[in-house]
Amino acid sequence: MCSLALFPPPPAPGDVTLYEFNNALVSGHIYEKLPLAFQDQLADLPVLTIPKETLKAHSRLEHSTKPAFIHHQETLWKRCLNAWRDVGMCGVLNEIANAEEADLQWMKTGSRWALALCHWVSSLHGSLFPHLSLCSEDMIAEFSQAVDWAGCSIRAFAWHPHTSKFAVALLDDSIRVHNTNSATIPILKHRLQRNVASMAWKPLSASILAVACQSCVLLWHLDPTSLSTRPSSGCAQVLAYPGHSPVTSLAWAPSGEMLLSASPVDTAMLVWDVSTENCVPLQWFGGGGVTYLAWSPDGSKVLAATPSAVFRVWEAQMWTCERWPTIKGRCQTGCWSPDGSRLLFTVLGESVIYSLSFSEYSGEMQGQVGGSKTASIVADLSETTFETLYGEERIGGEVHSMVWDPSGERLAALVRGNPESPESRTIIAVFRTRNSPVFELLPCGFLQGEPGAEPQLITFHPCFKKGALLTVCWSTGKISHIPFYFISAQVPCFSPSHSPVVALSGSSASVREQPLFSEL
Amino acid sequence: MRAGGGEQQALLRQVLGWRVAASIAWSVLLLPLCTAVFISISSIDLFHPIQWISDSFNDWYTSYVIFCILLMSVVILIISIFNVEFYAVVPSIPCSRLALLGKIIHPRQVIHSVVHAIMGMLVAWCAAVMTKGKFQFLALPCTASESLDGAVQHMCLNEYHLFLLLSGAFMGYNYSLLYLVNNMNYLPFPVIQQYKYLRFRRSLPLLVKHSCVESLYLVRNVCVAYYFFGYIPRAWISTTMDLNTDSKLHPLDTLTGLLDLSLLYHTWLCGIFLLITWHIAWLLFKIYATEAHHFPVQPTFAEETDQCLPKILNSNPPLLIKFLALQDLMLLSQYSPVRRQEVFSLSQPGGHPHNWTAISKECLNLLSDLTQKLIMQQEAAATNGRVKQPSTGELGRSLSSSEATVTEEMAFQTQRSNVVSRTHMPSLVKSSLMPLKALSTSDLGSSFGSPFSSPPSLNRKAGILDLNSPWHGSVQSPHLMRRGPKLWTSNSDLQINGSHPASFPVISVARIGNEAIQPSFIYTWLQNKQEQVRNFLSKRVLIMYFFSKHPEASIQAVFSDAQMHIWALEGLSRLVAASFTEDRFGVVQTTLPAILNTLLTLQEVVDKHFKLPHASSKPLRISGSLMDTSFKTLRFALRASLKTAIYRITTTFGEHLNAVQVSAEHKKRLQQFLEFKE
Repeated sequence: MCSLALFPPPPAPGDVTLYEFNNALVSGHIYEKLPLAFQDQLADLPVLTIPKETLKAHSRLEHSTKPAFIHHQETLWKRCLNAWRDVGMCGVLNEIANAEEADLQWMKTGSRWALALCHWVSSLHGSLFPHLSLCSEDMIAEFSQAVDWAGCSIRAFAWHPHTSKFAVALLDDSIRVHNTNSATIPILKHRLQRNVASMAWKPLSASILAVACQSCVLLWHLDPTSLSTRPSSGCAQVLAYPGHSPVTSLAWAPSGEMLLSASPVDTAMLVWDVSTENCVPLQWFGGGGVTYLAWSPDGSKVLAATPSAVFRVWEAQMWTCERWPTIKGRCQTGCWSPDGSRLLFTVLGESVIYSLSFSEYSGEMQGQVGGSKTASIVADLSETTFETLYGEERIGGEVHSMVWDPSGERLAALVRGNPESPESRTIIAVFRTRNSPVFELLPCGFLQGEPGAEPQLITFHPCFKKGALLTVCWSTGKISHIPFYFISAQVPCFSPSHSPVVALSGSSASVREQPLFSEL
Repeated sequence: MRAGGGEQQALLRQVLGWRVAASIAWSVLLLPLCTAVFISISSIDLFHPIQWISDSFNDWYTSYVIFCILLMSVVILIISIFNVEFYAVVPSIPCSRLALLGKIIHPRQVIHSVVHAIMGMLVAWCAAVMTKGKFQFLALPCTASESLDGAVQHMCLNEYHLFLLLSGAFMGYNYSLLYLVNNMNYLPFPVIQQYKYLRFRRSLPLLVKHSCVESLYLVRNVCVAYYFFGYIPRAWISTTMDLNTDSKLHPLDTLTGLLDLSLLYHTWLCGIFLLITWHIAWLLFKIYATEAHHFPVQPTFAEETDQCLPKILNSNPPLLIKFLALQDLMLLSQYSPVRRQEVFSLSQPGGHPHNWTAISKECLNLLSDLTQKLIMQQEAAATNGRVKQPSTGELGRSLSSSEATVTEEMAFQTQRSNVVSRTHMPSLVKSSLMPLKALSTSDLGSSFGSPFSSPPSLNRKAGILDLNSPWHGSVQSPHLMRRGPKLWTSNSDLQINGSHPASFPVISVARIGNEAIQPSFIYTWLQNKQEQVRNFLSKRVLIMYFFSKHPEASIQAVFSDAQMHIWALEGLSRLVAASFTEDRFGVVQTTLPAILNTLLTLQEVVDKHFKLPHASSKPLRISGSLMDTSFKTLRFALRASLKTAIYRITTTFGEHLNAVQVSAEHKKRLQQFLEFKE
């Protein structure tokens, strides 16, 4: 088992972690150059800073047009009809209960009783699943993978799985799409695009971005050759399903056919056939909703975390699931090894990383998830004190989010400090990992940003050729890229896009010249 | 087409037989449960709950309830037989309102409706008997006569019972009508594989809700119908059965009579009961029939040869079998490395990749057929503005133009076996100048000689023979007339070119997937008359309401069998992608250029299709309803999976694709895919 005590001490205050080289994280001043050999790798990756102040606040808080009009008293029936259309049954009851008409006394009392009953029932429901009593913004903030979703200027980040292109969702509900190969930065805005919790690019496609919004899932079709900076809302497809909001997590099948969406309110997760907008709800009561989804890179399994102390692992062929009750709290985050045989997950309230291994996937075992009987603890991240030259540093706590790089060699965990002690801070711990023949987790080091900046979101670049590239969004609004240079031990065979072809074509041009196909 | 037809029918029976039997067994097993619930709810008494529960317990095993269950099992059996007889994997979409009308009065549909009406009446009779109370018997002793003379008991008509029976018949007929209009005979294949129980459980709440709402509307309609026409059956029954009318009771075709809450409630319950039991039978059949079937890739025993995947794909089996085979191909390419290995394997003596050749050939054939179809449609749309609609006055001209269109099809037919390399087909005029006879022989010759000898050539032959048939030369021949206005080429037009038996365009009722019924001469004569009338009336606005083609419907009709192509695309692209690491003998490499060519050509054509002015670029919103309307959006699914398929191949092979021999145009396109710029 790996623990924080084995880690090298964190970098000196004021220093910024720049890159990993020779198995050690190198830190220094921000303006320091990378070693010459690697400079060209990062030259075209944009380092952005999006401070909170520059973002325009919401122009209006209410989204109905009601306040713009002069108040006009309509008859009760008309108002009831409107309320029915807008809010539903509860609205009608409210309208009747608050009616000013003198007659209909019995109806008013009746509806008051009915409303009270409704409230009581919903509070009962809420006491079973406390998260249901949260308002949807708080709910997203609670279950989002971003550390400070409500306050930070960056709310979600997504790399395109095949090209150097990423999307950033901002506090003002807009999304910017940056492409290293072009200067145009499309800004996506839509009437329904509010409180973005998560984003995902469709694999095996150039242009489709799914956005989890408060009320629906938006699907942007962004023409990569287009020069427009403000794609119209006609480019967005709206996927909505009654009772399925707010959406907090999205996952594309690695083969690109299906999209999964999850909401903490809905017990069903939805499988979308996005081209036809058909959806199949995968109902599984218990847990009270689904908060986080992670599809394994080989496409065989899906992790679905719930708001209560249980999570499920679905097998993606016949869609059966295995249930995993956890002891302490809900599953906060999880990530899959490239071959889909190992799941690392963390639980709220515990500062450890669990590992769960699955039997080798082959198509012959239909309807079996094939998980091992118990999960084992592979890393202990409880609070540790480091004696450095500059004083004592206390690091450790719960893991908020965790990502594994596509080659399966580096694992980054965003460790949240203890909220009670002010000197402990949020930091990123990086591990070296190996998945075969035996699973190994070795400490690598801590990542540190500029002074005052706390990490907000972490993601690995899906196809970085010289090792791994971690993108970190900081609380100051800065997005930086930290490369880990290493030679991959095993030939990666996880995803076609970075199969040996790439390495070969880069190293020797002569290979390309030879005809590949035998003449028959 | 008929070659090996017997074996294939046997295969269909073998595959479908068990499924049908199981689905019927389950729906019959669920019947007592539904009946028990029905009895409890119909005798509901909230003020005496204990008595109510004990009463309904006692009712469950009385002799007449058991008899009713037996009778309804027979009803379910008959309903299931109709489900099996009418199912289709390719929906038939009427392009105009007239076509819909024609489908309704088609003899097959009339039989369907009549039988369903009778079955509905039977179910209503059972419901009435089980409800007891005032509904139980058709004839009751008169209440009024008792006071006059107690000795002779006159029997009076119980109108409540009659009302229930008639509403049952009405509901049965209505079910049959909706079955047609909603394309309930269409078998939609599920997006994700799931166990049957889970699929059933998922659909059950929807089914119950749908039936309740549907029944509510039906009760309303029954009431209205009975209010106006109720006296006719009442008078008829009372005269034939020599029953009096009870003067003390209100007749039911008055407002006061119909506003009987208990009557409405029980009619509604009866409707729900009927719809739920029938819908369950329908749903179970759908679930069982679309379940994935495992076809072996390589036969273990000699007698299994006909059942293995490559063989089935290459022959021309019933459409359901073909769909199941393609679905199995998609599944094996996605999930099963062992079976993929069998696909890539070489034959033992000889070392030929027979499996791969057969599978890839059939997939490519399907895709190039689709390309052809789309090109034809685009040509039709493009020429539409110029070609004047032939009228009855211009006999000669229309004949020549119709001949031209026939020959034009021939031209396509001859090229069909080759992979189309260019989107822009040679001008139509040129081909139409060629002599008809020469073309027909060359067509037959080429398709027999070509490796893809396929049945459409025979169909073409049938199409040519049409010209020699009695109405050759007259404008009314449906095949030829339909060539005139070609803005919305309908399914029926295209069937001529597809692998379906030559069919009669306007009325094509759910024939695909079943055995084609040879239409009688009278029927075709009617068709011709209809065409004549249509020509005559086409100027009138009101009539145009029936004749005008719905653009959305005709586009849907073009893509109605696109599910096949989607599976072919997915299966092929996944196999090709898997071959990068799994294909040890390099069998896939030889076909890679052909595959890329076909995919890119199709991509071009599909792109063009979506740029046509009438094609909506976004799918319609589908609310979660019981009736499956997924066939309406198949074209979007096709477009998406085509793009994904090409990307799957390009991301797997990467730079290596530069070594594949494709035309310069396609090379440019491929480069765009490699750079993720599509």
